[in-house]
Amino acid sequence: MDWQALALSLKLAFWTMLLLLPLGIIISRQLAWRPFRGRALCEALLALPLVLPPTVLGFYLLVSLGGNSFVGQAYHALFGKTLAFTFEGLLLASIIFNLPFAIQPMQRAFENIPPDVRDAAACCGLGSWQTFLRIELPLAWPGVVTAMVLTFAHTLGEFGVVLMIGGSIPGETKTIAIAIYDRVQAFDMNAAAMMSAILLLISVIAMAIVFATSRPRIHVRA
Amino acid sequence: MSAPEKAGGIQIELQQRAPIQLDADFACARGEVLALVGPSGSGKSTILRAIAGLYRPSKGRIVCGADVWFDTTTGIHVPTPQRSVGFVFQSYALFPHMSAVGNIETALNHLPAQERRERAHKLLAQVHLDGLGSRLPRELSGGQQQRVAVARALARDPEILLLDEPFSAVDRVTRQKLYRELADLRKTLNMPVILVTHDLDEAAMLCDRMCILHRGRTLQTAPPDEIVNQPIDRLVARLTDCRNIFKGKVREHQPVTGTSLLQWNGLTLEAPLYERFAVGEECDWMIPASGIVLHRHDRPSRGEHENPVHGTIVEFTRLGVNTSITLALRGEATTTLQFSVPSHVAQRNRLANGVDIGVSLLKDSIHMMSRQSETSDAHD
Repeated sequence: MDWQALALSLKLAFWTMLLLLPLGIIISRQLAWRPFRGRALCEALLALPLVLPPTVLGFYLLVSLGGNSFVGQAYHALFGKTLAFTFEGLLLASIIFNLPFAIQPMQRAFENIPPDVRDAAACCGLGSWQTFLRIELPLAWPGVVTAMVLTFAHTLGEFGVVLMIGGSIPGETKTIAIAIYDRVQAFDMNAAAMMSAILLLISVIAMAIVFATSRPRIHVRA
Repeated sequence: MSAPEKAGGIQIELQQRAPIQLDADFACARGEVLALVGPSGSGKSTILRAIAGLYRPSKGRIVCGADVWFDTTTGIHVPTPQRSVGFVFQSYALFPHMSAVGNIETALNHLPAQERRERAHKLLAQVHLDGLGSRLPRELSGGQQQRVAVARALARDPEILLLDEPFSAVDRVTRQKLYRELADLRKTLNMPVILVTHDLDEAAMLCDRMCILHRGRTLQTAPPDEIVNQPIDRLVARLTDCRNIFKGKVREHQPVTGTSLLQWNGLTLEAPLYERFAVGEECDWMIPASGIVLHRHDRPSRGEHENPVHGTIVEFTRLGVNTSITLALRGEATTTLQFSVPSHVAQRNRLANGVDIGVSLLKDSIHMMSRQSETSDAHD
């Protein structure tokens, strides 16, 4: 059992979720309410990670984040280290391949808020921040929770992209999904089974949370 | 109602070509209820949203009391939260995750927290919802939701109250009840109230003045009686559901008797004196259904000498207590008059399809209109 890999996976999933929360909210609100030219193309690009083979996505990320790329060089100039094969690079890749998992549930949730309700908030004197915190966020909450849980669970399970961009450096980029593969290669079936069971359990819990929050609440009155 | 005072009321001037055509110019005084009336797509809701700052037309000026809310010449556009408006949406737009009290408290942001609850409960009581404050919108009936929306709109003590078809989503019985409540409530309100509706009867019942809108243009603003009985032209007459609009020619003015003689289909009608039309000039004229009186077999009267017209009933529809009648003129079958009589009168006089009858067109009900706006009407 590779506890270090599990801890790394949890850390990666946590940071991905945390950083995608504001980013996803900003993007999904724009997509939900502001019609703009090229929105369909934008939505298509954001949804790509759903259909692209993870190795393809990983390949392009590796090319665009590598030492010869603009992003890679800029990062190196700023922080004195490379993006590829580091935790930070992995985190950036993780954020990108989780975009559809974060944005789509949130976008649906924001789309479901009637425009009149937001207008009514403005007519009640609420500014845009107050409207966001008191009206939009509580109404979109189930979608936001779904997005966060899906992102978390999906990050834990991602394999191809992580392998391409991170390699398998213990403590830095070796996540639990890769550790499982590693153990199977080494015929250590017990460790692989243990780690698989943990991932399975986390996934079941995550999906249970998603379905529980997305169902309309049954209101019981005393 | 007198002309709106400069101070305290609201003045609206809006012009726009696209995407929605607007050419509106009207005012509403404090304590006055003005109804914006027009068919769907006439720009009523757009104007209301522009007043609230939810829509920004390309040109115009909105001044509420001493505050300029919108002025394209100086580039002023006060954002909605800073305009003191109370808005009741057609869908009510209650915050679904908040109780009735919570909805009202949200509009009381300007008060200290402890005062909000107290004030919210007072407002609930004012709209007869005491005791229902903890309910969520979905646990309230349509009429109750409308009342919460009204209370929420009034919570800020707004400078103006805007009502966007607030009665369209409730059943008839509830609507009648809400009409009475609004009529009572308005007595306590000291702000301009603008009501958007496509229902003429609703407007006439609730407003002081009506503003008739057609394709974003304000055609006539006047008290309901005046609009219905003295529309400025054929288009307003048609929009206010007048079925008896005709063309005629002025034959003679008789200032002594206060009469103008009008030639129409070979008949000479006596009309009130309209000296602004020259003798020989063609004009449009209309008569509301209430100005057409049946000559009754059972009760003949001297009034039958007043503009008598004879014809054949071509349509006879009983609508509850009243019966609607379409009369084709004798010798001029393409010209029809529409009016209604109480159903028992129709029965007693054995009225039916094909029966010949006589009616009087009451002189004082005849209203002559200039024909200038016929071009705008011709588009329809």
